Amino acid sequence: MTAHDWQLTEALYERLMMITFMNSSDSEEEACNERTSLISAESPPAASYQDGLQAPEAAETQTYRKRHTGGSCSPSDADSGNSDSGLPVRDIAVDNKEEEELTLKYGAKHVIMLFVPVTLCMIVVVATIKSVRFYTEKNGQFEVLKTYNVAMDYPTLFFVIWNFGAVGMICIHWKGPLHLQQAYLIMISALMALVFIKYLPEWSAWVILGAISIYDLIAVLCPRGPLRMLVETAQERNEPIFPALIYSSAMVWTVGMAKPDSASRDLTQQTWDSAEDMREINDNPAYVESEISEARSPAPTHPTTSLIEELEEEERGVKLGLGDFIFYSVLVGKAAATASGDWNTTLACFVAILIGLCLTLLLLAVFKKALPALPISITFGLVFYFSTDNLVRPFMDTLASHQLYI
Amino acid sequence: MTAAVFIGCSLIAFGPALALCVCTIAAEPLRLVFLIAGGFFWLVSLLLSSLVWFIAVQIGGSNSASVQKNLLIFGVVFSVLLQEVFRFAYYKLLKKANKGLTTISQEETIPISVRQLSYVSGLGFGIMSGIFSLVNILTDSLGPGTVGIYGDSPQYFVASAFMTLAIVLLHIFWGIVFFDACEKKKWWALALVILSHLLVSGLTFLNPQYEGSLVPSYIIMMLMGTWAFFTAGGSLRNLKLCLMCRDKDFLLANQRPR
Repeated sequence: MTAHDWQLTEALYERLMMITFMNSSDSEEEACNERTSLISAESPPAASYQDGLQAPEAAETQTYRKRHTGGSCSPSDADSGNSDSGLPVRDIAVDNKEEEELTLKYGAKHVIMLFVPVTLCMIVVVATIKSVRFYTEKNGQFEVLKTYNVAMDYPTLFFVIWNFGAVGMICIHWKGPLHLQQAYLIMISALMALVFIKYLPEWSAWVILGAISIYDLIAVLCPRGPLRMLVETAQERNEPIFPALIYSSAMVWTVGMAKPDSASRDLTQQTWDSAEDMREINDNPAYVESEISEARSPAPTHPTTSLIEELEEEERGVKLGLGDFIFYSVLVGKAAATASGDWNTTLACFVAILIGLCLTLLLLAVFKKALPALPISITFGLVFYFSTDNLVRPFMDTLASHQLYI
Repeated sequence: MTAAVFIGCSLIAFGPALALCVCTIAAEPLRLVFLIAGGFFWLVSLLLSSLVWFIAVQIGGSNSASVQKNLLIFGVVFSVLLQEVFRFAYYKLLKKANKGLTTISQEETIPISVRQLSYVSGLGFGIMSGIFSLVNILTDSLGPGTVGIYGDSPQYFVASAFMTLAIVLLHIFWGIVFFDACEKKKWWALALVILSHLLVSGLTFLNPQYEGSLVPSYIIMMLMGTWAFFTAGGSLRNLKLCLMCRDKDFLLANQRPR
């Protein structure tokens, strides 16, 4: 292992495995910094959703309030994300219905914003495992270049690796395009996962996966848990958490809204955007046969403040710790490397992890504080790995040999 | 063999499903989430039915071919029934989620209707089912080998691909009809869906006589397709308007001029 790998390992043992909602601040000026800092590599300050802090809660309720004033906001926030269980009917003002749909829409969008990088990381890991024999052999020399029959000399290699490292350092720790930063984080996570898959013994990997999920649960949820204290301290001090350890899926915002007079141009654009969103929601007919419902009027007479709040709402992204990426990829990579069920097992673990992530995000929308991302996904993943490998594989093999379909 | 067969078979089996995903599902994150959740439900049903089959095989004990065959038939039937049970469970879950949303929003405009959910869940079930049936066969087709060297049919791969295509589309149609039957409490329709699923699975026992299994499966698929079309609100008039690009509702929804 190179020195770079060791540094990563050390950093990773201190990393955070959690998800936080990143909310924009309530004031206009900070919203401006928010946008510029979205392009820079540092993660913007995350407002805390915990009960102890009052000011961020006020900001949260303000951003959730849409066109109408009044109405209960905090309970609606708790209800908004919870689409899975039957909710008790509450007296919620009419103005919250749009928030509901928008929040659910944002909820699904956030889920997809996390599915995509997690899927990409897993694809990189699985593709490397399937194509490079190094990772499944017990001992072996580094033969990626041999596998692809690429001629490489040392100066070129040095040049490429130096540039890769330098650009990575710049765009993660300083400023850089968001997508480049995300790409680097995904690549680093994939490399780390490959290291774990190669060098951890067979059963150690499974036990470590299980143990670290339990540790994650304890460290993030217990009041004295180290990760929880880390997140709280960072939020209290309004400092970003170490940027190399968190993947941020924030949407890039390039239209500046610093001054109110320049907002007028953006207002119309934003109204049109939100009208688009509204129309999309109303597009789908209810179950009872009826004609397509009329598109909701965009209500052009918005007060400026509420539209700014709309814009702030759109900036919300989700953050996922890199450790989560790594351990998800380790699980799927090991399924690809060692399972005799081959692709069935890999795909089953993949779907299980995605569904676990979806459930975790749902809980996040309900509880609105930092949550461990590992336990649910890893539990599903482990259950599906062992059951698919031992139960489903013989069944499907027998079916396939007789060409039966179920 | 190798790349031609691999690409051909995978596109035969998954081409329509992929096209449907790209055109209808990829744009809406909510539908994508429900698609993957549908696939997950199918996976859980497969897991449980494999567990039952595995236990039955362990208990059965003897290695005689007829006993294994009978256990396999039992496994297939149980798996089909369990898939339909899980389809019903998914329906219940989606209804609860929709009900929760509707009570909160106090309006009829929910982000996704039950009909769309039926389509999405059927597609999810179909894609997972197709993947699990075909993906190992596809990876085998990528490598060297000769098909049918021990007397099996040389059309193994192509027939498998076409069968998978039929199953994927059938799951979509079954999903639409199933959810509609549950909504309107038409239990006969429900029973028909389950029976047709059992029939299609049973027909595959006639493989490798593909005339006996593929052709009837495709006929059943077209019948189910027309049934699902009319269930989903289609009619000959709608179809004509859509094909002639004069369907106002559709055009309005996509904001194109008439």
